[in-house]
Amino acid sequence: MAGTDAALLLLADSRLPAGGHAHSGGVEPAVAAGAVTDVADLTVFLRGRLATAGLVAAALAAAACAHAAGPADAFDALDAEADARTPSPAQRRAARAQGRSLLRAARATWAHPALDALAGTAPHHPVALGAATAAAGGGPGDAASIAAFTGVTGGASAAVRLLGLDPLAVNRAVAGLAADIDAVAARAADAARGPWAELPAASAPVLDLYAELHAGADLRLFES
Amino acid sequence: MGGHFGSDEHTASPVVGRALRLGIGGPVGSGKTALTAALCRSLRDELDLAVVTNDIYTTEDADFLRREAVLADDRITAVRTGACPHTAIRDDISANLDAVEELEARHPGLDLVIVESGGDNLTALFSRGLADRQIFVLDVAGGDDVPRKGGLGVAAADLLVINKTDLAEFVGSDLALMESDAARVRDGRPVILNSLRTDPAATGIAAWVRSVVPVAAP
Repeated sequence: MAGTDAALLLLADSRLPAGGHAHSGGVEPAVAAGAVTDVADLTVFLRGRLATAGLVAAALAAAACAHAAGPADAFDALDAEADARTPSPAQRRAARAQGRSLLRAARATWAHPALDALAGTAPHHPVALGAATAAAGGGPGDAASIAAFTGVTGGASAAVRLLGLDPLAVNRAVAGLAADIDAVAARAADAARGPWAELPAASAPVLDLYAELHAGADLRLFES
Repeated sequence: MGGHFGSDEHTASPVVGRALRLGIGGPVGSGKTALTAALCRSLRDELDLAVVTNDIYTTEDADFLRREAVLADDRITAVRTGACPHTAIRDDISANLDAVEELEARHPGLDLVIVESGGDNLTALFSRGLADRQIFVLDVAGGDDVPRKGGLGVAAADLLVINKTDLAEFVGSDLALMESDAARVRDGRPVILNSLRTDPAATGIAAWVRSVVPVAAP
């Protein structure tokens, strides 16, 4: 492989104008609960999130990307699988808000039947990401990698803003997770070859609880 | 300021068939929310309008507007900005666009949607993808050298409001200096001196807003 297509790098760029900057991936409530106070805590948190919510999101993104390669068809059943794997209503709202925004950005950038099929809906973020990856010329493995990677970098960026952490130290911590991110992406892409009902359903109850507490919190900077 | 803003006019004309989107930006404490409330009171009987607030913390500004009952609750929406208020109005306008579109869907026939920025610095500027027109609000207590220093908001906003002029004598700010400095960096674009203490209806600013809102088709 000569390298990664620039179009796919756009989807992994934190500057993608798709609403991600206002979501912390659970880091804000974790900070509020005192569970994340420094770079070491953050690294543990991000590794745990990657292995659970990250894996689920990556597998859904890979499945959506594979589905997008076929005839334009409804994504409803896959979106329902995402709902079934997202027990927290607050997380569902956050995932759909981000999916809607990503869909807007993707449709403003690329033309693709899968994006047309999703037009006017607010799909779960991984579903939109899978379709966008297909539109950008990528495959399921790319979609899984982008989902796993941005799930980590988004939370890391939120922690820098919330705790004033050293961004260089956080960047080093994220780089230290690179092999884990790649492994999760590979596992997710593999799982996405099977039936949707069998996609990974790793749960992280603390993240679900944090999301619900966060939605009702008086002081918060992030949407989720 | 080395910037040349002469060619940076908003050329995107208000789109027929949807509400005009008016951004209101400016530093923390300059009076954006109070001005937004005043404009709602002055314009709500003649224009069909709604408001999006961008809060750094909580939904304080939206709550203030609801408490003041300037508009019905379902015409006010709050957006959170992930500790980056400028990002939400400039680099990644997704959440604000979603909020505006939801208001438009909920209230067909809106003439005007005001998007009030979270308090930010002098370089904050609304994206043209979000705001058709924008007002930048300074207050006299922030220092009378601010217009001279310029900044994207001061120089390029469609209207600059120098607010809380009633405080000028108490904080030692020279209003004439602020106005002349602003005129110089703004290349002829309008500046309005405002005090909600002496003019609770924000008469001059409301008149400017009327002049930029397209007349609704009958």
